[in-house]
Order: sequence, then structure tokens, then C-alpha cells
Amino acid sequence: MRTHTLSVLVSNKSGVLARVVGLISRRGFNIDSLSVGTTEHPDVSRMTIVMAVEDERVIEQVVKQLNKLIEVYKIVELEANAVNHEMLLVKVSCTDSTRSAVIDITNLFRGHIVDVSPDSVTIEVTGGRQKIDSFSAMVSSYGIIEMVQSGQVALGRGSRSINEKKRPALAKHKG
Amino acid sequence: MAGEPRSRETGATELTGAQALLKSLEKLGVDTVFGLPGGAILPLYDPLFDSDIRHILVRHEQAAGHAAEGYAVATGRVGVCIATSGPGATNLVTPIGDAYMDSVPLIAITGQVKSTAIGTDAFQEADIRGITTPITKHNFLITHAEDIPAALAEAHHIARTGRPGPVLVDVAGDALRQVVPFVWPEKITLPGYKPTVSPHAKQMSSAARVLAAAERPVLIAGGGIIRARAAKELKAFVEATGVPVATTLTAKGVFPSTDPLYLGMPGMHGTVAAVGAIQRADVVLAVGMRFDDRVTGELSTFAPHATVIHADIDPAEISKNINADVPIVGDARKVLAGLIDRLEGKKLQDLSSWHEYLQGLKDRYQVAKERSADGTLSPQWVIERIGEKFGPDAIYATGVGQHQMWAAHLLPVDQPNHFLTSGGAGTMGYCVPAAMGAKVGAPDKVVVGVDGDGCFQMTNQELVTCALNHIPVKIAVINNSALGMVRQWQSLFYNERYSHTDLNSDQLPDIPKLAEAMGAVGLRATTETEVDEVLARAAEINDAPVVMEFVCEKDAMVWPMVAAGTSNDDIKIARDMAPNWGEDEL
Ligand SMILES: Cc1ncc(C[n+]2csc(CCOP(=O)(O)OP(=O)(O)O)c2C)c(N)n1
Ligand SMILES: [Mg+2]
Repeated sequence: MRTHTLSVLVSNKSGVLARVVGLISRRGFNIDSLSVGTTEHPDVSRMTIVMAVEDERVIEQVVKQLNKLIEVYKIVELEANAVNHEMLLVKVSCTDSTRSAVIDITNLFRGHIVDVSPDSVTIEVTGGRQKIDSFSAMVSSYGIIEMVQSGQVALGRGSRSINEKKRPALAKHKG
Repeated sequence: MAGEPRSRETGATELTGAQALLKSLEKLGVDTVFGLPGGAILPLYDPLFDSDIRHILVRHEQAAGHAAEGYAVATGRVGVCIATSGPGATNLVTPIGDAYMDSVPLIAITGQVKSTAIGTDAFQEADIRGITTPITKHNFLITHAEDIPAALAEAHHIARTGRPGPVLVDVAGDALRQVVPFVWPEKITLPGYKPTVSPHAKQMSSAARVLAAAERPVLIAGGGIIRARAAKELKAFVEATGVPVATTLTAKGVFPSTDPLYLGMPGMHGTVAAVGAIQRADVVLAVGMRFDDRVTGELSTFAPHATVIHADIDPAEISKNINADVPIVGDARKVLAGLIDRLEGKKLQDLSSWHEYLQGLKDRYQVAKERSADGTLSPQWVIERIGEKFGPDAIYATGVGQHQMWAAHLLPVDQPNHFLTSGGAGTMGYCVPAAMGAKVGAPDKVVVGVDGDGCFQMTNQELVTCALNHIPVKIAVINNSALGMVRQWQSLFYNERYSHTDLNSDQLPDIPKLAEAMGAVGLRATTETEVDEVLARAAEINDAPVVMEFVCEKDAMVWPMVAAGTSNDDIKIARDMAPNWGEDEL
């Protein structure tokens, strides 16, 4: 299994997300994570799609099929070293005796306490998959009341944007 | 439209959304539409009453869709069908899906409930955009009248360019009624849509190199060559290179069946020559085809010795099912013309022993046209006779089933766009409405449907439409009293347990009477002499639709056959009978 991160520029119109997700699931492909939001350009949204596949041909098909959608403008597969972050909000139960330990762990991971109550703290942590996983492992012994995780968002390193990228993912697969 | 009010600010003509839609169609050169009205689409039907656009009122929306497909294939233009919201729109789903599978350029216009009612389960509301998303090339939901002209222009452009396909335009009732200035888009801006038409030079050179070295090459020609209008280039390519040609079901007619290098159809019911050539080829050149499972059989053993050159305008088809050693994205015409150029002056291999070998297969294994023992009509014999009578100038449409496969093997179709059939979807009921649409589009052509008794009972109501609108199609019903193709599978794979495939169509319906009741001429033949009489009679009638019922034997089977999921190498020419490949001749 290799994880692929696709950055997809799409038209910022209603129904585009449904088209993208519908296409991927209809063709039997599995998404690990998907997030979508606006960009510096008001008519364009950017999706980050993370998929783990055994067969490289699957990712090639996903890219090609997505490219056929009229409202998909561009697809770029980000390099493995891209900045790839997600956010975790977790509500951890604590007492007067355990609270400081939980806060210590949070500081260690450069997280933020975003809410406190007499018997819980809510923590926000952002970062890569590994960091998020280790953080939740660390606090789980105190008792996780509830948690929620965002999808991953990713940007390539360096000063260039995917708009300038000469070789969109399709070109790579088109031959 | 004269005397239209004008907008005070822009000077543009003020039109209702409905008028704007019709004006857009006119600007796009659409002169014929097939449809059936209802509440949500009524605002469009009102100005349609006075319009120059010819509207053919069908009896079922499915038929409007198939008729638009038949029209599109026969004319090479975009077919247009119209339906109301809810059930009208969902009745279009089958032909839209059919057009999607066979890359037929189609615009489906549907009325939608008014924009403020969308999402409330209003009367006759269906999310037709959601429903058709997986089976359209693109679709639109229009809720503002001013968006109508651009949507139609874009729909037309998307439907006919690149890999053609169906586009649905769903228009809310209030958008049809709203009055706005008519603004026709100067140019179409679709930043996310740029089909690759010109093939990559490097890939073309590799393809030429591979072809020049080929000793046992075969070309599999797909329907894409018809859509690309590249029959001439195909012929020239074969003349220049001597590469033998197989045509897939949807490509029938793109290459003359009389040419010595024509091998017939590949696939599940392909000819021994076509299937044998592919399995022995050292190079497969596939153009405008998509390696459907009905063509490949078991994938892992398909063309096991071949270097595969795959050219298609849709990059997603390349290496989807069969890995392409030389992938080429581009228009079939440019690909074929480009290959001819690149091979010019190149020394090619001597293909004569390959040609001889394939000619041997062709001679030994012609498609069986056995006559039945008990004197009942053989369906193959009847279909061949139909072809002899109406000849290669007629346009043929088929249903889906055994008769379709026999039609594919036996009808003399030697021109593109003269064989209309439902390939990828296999839609029973396609024949009658598709024939109707073809005749509307090509009124000077004789249009002959070869239908099954099962298929005919799905959409024959359109004979009324044909009779009332003076659309004199000729429909031959191959009546074997059964859902024959399914029955064949039961014979071969389900121990002859004929669960619900006997239609009893020898008893009911009385097909000639049914035809007569709908204003068509109804004829029946049960003997070979009657067949010729019926055909002669049908050929004479040009002012009314004709239905010819041919009462045929039930047990005839389509051969050759590669059973589903097995290898092409296991092709049978009759039950438990493998061909003698005569491999030592190779
Ligand atoms: C709409 C639809 N329903 C079911 C099928 C499955 N099917 C394929 S061929 C066939 C039999 C068609 O019978 P008929 O029209 O009499 O043709 P025959 O095979 O007898 O020539 C059926 C039921 C289909 N292709 N399409
Ligand atoms: Mg039948």
C-alpha cells in the first residue's frame, strides 16, 4: 500500500463535491481522507484527497476519471514530502490531580486547550498523521470522552503553487 | 422571432427562458426534437407550438431518448429529446445510460419543479441531475433563465466533441417562465474541458515502429472510428499496411465486409477469424475501442502474445482493462492518418502467410446459417435474406439478443452510421424507436429494424408515432417465441431449465394485427416462400410503417461463442466444438 495525496482544483459550484465523491465510490475506489475548501480564487475550490492503493493503476484511473469531470480543472499528485496536516479536537476527562499531566502532554505536542470544565479539557492539535496518532495514544489513558478529526489538507513545499505546475497528474499518466 | 420586446438597458431581445431555450437550439442548428410534455416542461411546449423546430410526439419518453440516439447515429449530429420532470425524466434514464455506454451525442432536456420547490418532494419532483450524474458526460440544473443559452451551448459542445456522450439540461419551471434579455455566449469557456485531439508525436513514432516490425498484426476497430468520421483513413491505413481488421459491434460498417482483410467481429460471439487473429497476433492495434469484457473474455489470456497499441480519445480508457504498451490519446482520424504518414516508405514485414492463415480460418468457419430440420424458419436464414433484399444502402437498427448477433454477422453493412445497435448497455427496446429516429434524420434512406419478439414488445407503441408522423420504417420481428439469448444461456449453462424465457409469442400477441391496430402494415411469414413474398411486399410500401413477423424456430443458437468469463482460446463453433486452428500452417 502506498499513500497518494491528490490536490484537485474544482469549480466552486454546488454539486461538485457530490460528483467527485460519487465517481470515486462508484468505481470502487476507497478514500482515506477528503477535505474541501475555498482558495485564493473565489470561483475555485481545492480538494485534498488521500488514498492508499496497492496497485498504482488504481490511482491512475482515479486521476483520469476525475479529469473527465467538466468541473475539475486540475489534478496534481503531491510529492511525499508535502506538508500534510490534519486537526484533532479531543475532549479528555480529567480531575484536579490529572489535569496538569494532560496539559503537559498538550504542550509537548504544541496543542491548545480550547475549553475547560471541572472534569474535562478539550484540546486542539494539528499536524501530520503520526503526530495526531501519537497524541491521541498519549491522552487515551486519561479517558477520551469524544473526539473529532478533520480530513487532511496538503500543500507542496517551496514557493510554487500547483497552478504553475507544468505536469499535472494527467500528463504523467497520459503518455 | 419577430416583434420581440427589447431590453431597455442592453438592447438585447427580452425572452422567456423557454423562448431562449428554443432560440438556443435553433442557433445550434437543432431542427428536430423528440419528446412528450407535462406540467414542469409546459412553459417550453407553449412557444414550441409556433417554432420551426420539428417536434415528434412520442408515446413513451424512453422512445424519445432512443429516437434521438437513432437520429444522432444516422446523421452524425446531436440528438435532442425532451421530457417533463419526475417520471418523464426518469423514463429517459435508460436511453441516457445507453447513449453514455455507446458514446452517442445526445442532449436531454427535462423540466424541473420550480426552483423554490426543489428539495421538498414536490409533485413530480425527481433529482434527475443526481440520478443521471453517473451516466452523463455532464449535466446541468438551471434555476435562472439567463443561464439557459450558455448551458445549451455548452451542452451541445460537450455532447459532440472529444468522446461524445449524453448531456442533460434540467430546467426549473420558473426559469422557463422568467423573462430576461437573450444573450448568446460569444465563445464557450470550459476551463476544465480540453479533449486531447492530436496524438503525441513520440507515441505515434513508437506505434509506427512496432507496426513496421509486426509479423502477425491485427487492428481492432471500435465505434470511436465512426464517431471520428475516420472510415476513409481506416481503409487507407489497411491498404497501406495490409493489417487485417476486426470491427467491434458498434463499429460494424466502418470497414467494408467484402474486403479480403476483413475478419468480422471479435468477442463473445465473434468470428473464429477475428478471435483467432487476436489470440495469435504479435501486435494488436486498437483504435476507438475500450476492451469491453464482451470483447476480451477472460482478461489474463486476451491476446497473450501481442504488443498492444491502444489509441482512444478518452485517456481513461487506456490501460483501464488491458495494459497498453503504446498508449496514444487522440482523435481516431488523426491517429490513423498520422500512422499512414509515419509508415510511408518504411519497410514492412511480409504478411502473406498471416493473411493466408486468416483466410483459411475465414473459409473454414463462416457463421453458421443452418436451416432447421422440421421446415420452420431459421432465424439466420431470414436475417440474411433481409440483408439481401434491402442491401448495403439501407440503415439497419437492431434489438438486443440473438437476432442482434445474427444481424451483426449477416447484414451487409459497409458504411459507417448504417448499423444502429445498443452495444455497451444492451438495451432491449432500442430497435423500434432508434429506427424511427434514424428515418426522421435520413428520410431518403430505407430504414430496416431487425427486432426480437421480446424487444419488440417493449417499445412497439412507437409504431403509432411512426404512422401518424409519416415515418415509414420497416420492422422485421424475428419471432422465436422466446427471450432467445437468455434461453440460449439456459440451454448451455442451466441444464435446459427454461425458467421464464418462453414468451409464447407464437400465441400472443398477434403481431400483424397489433401492427395494423397501430396504423402499420402487418405481415407474417412462416415458410421460406412467404419470407420472400413478405420482403417483396414490405419493400414496396413507402408510405406507412411495415411490420414483418417471421415465425422462426426456437432452438437456434448464436455461434461462435466464448462463454462469459472464459478465455477467447476456448471459443466454440457449436456446442462442445472447438475450431481446428490449423496452427502448423502459421
Ligand atoms: C431491458 C433489458 N432487459 C433484459 C435484458 C436481458 N436480455 C438480453 S437478450 C434478452 C432476450 C431478448 O429477447 P428477444 O427480443 O426475443 O430476442 P432473441 O434473443 O430471442 O433474438 C434479454 C431478456 C436486456 N438486455 N435488456
Ligand atoms: Mg425472441
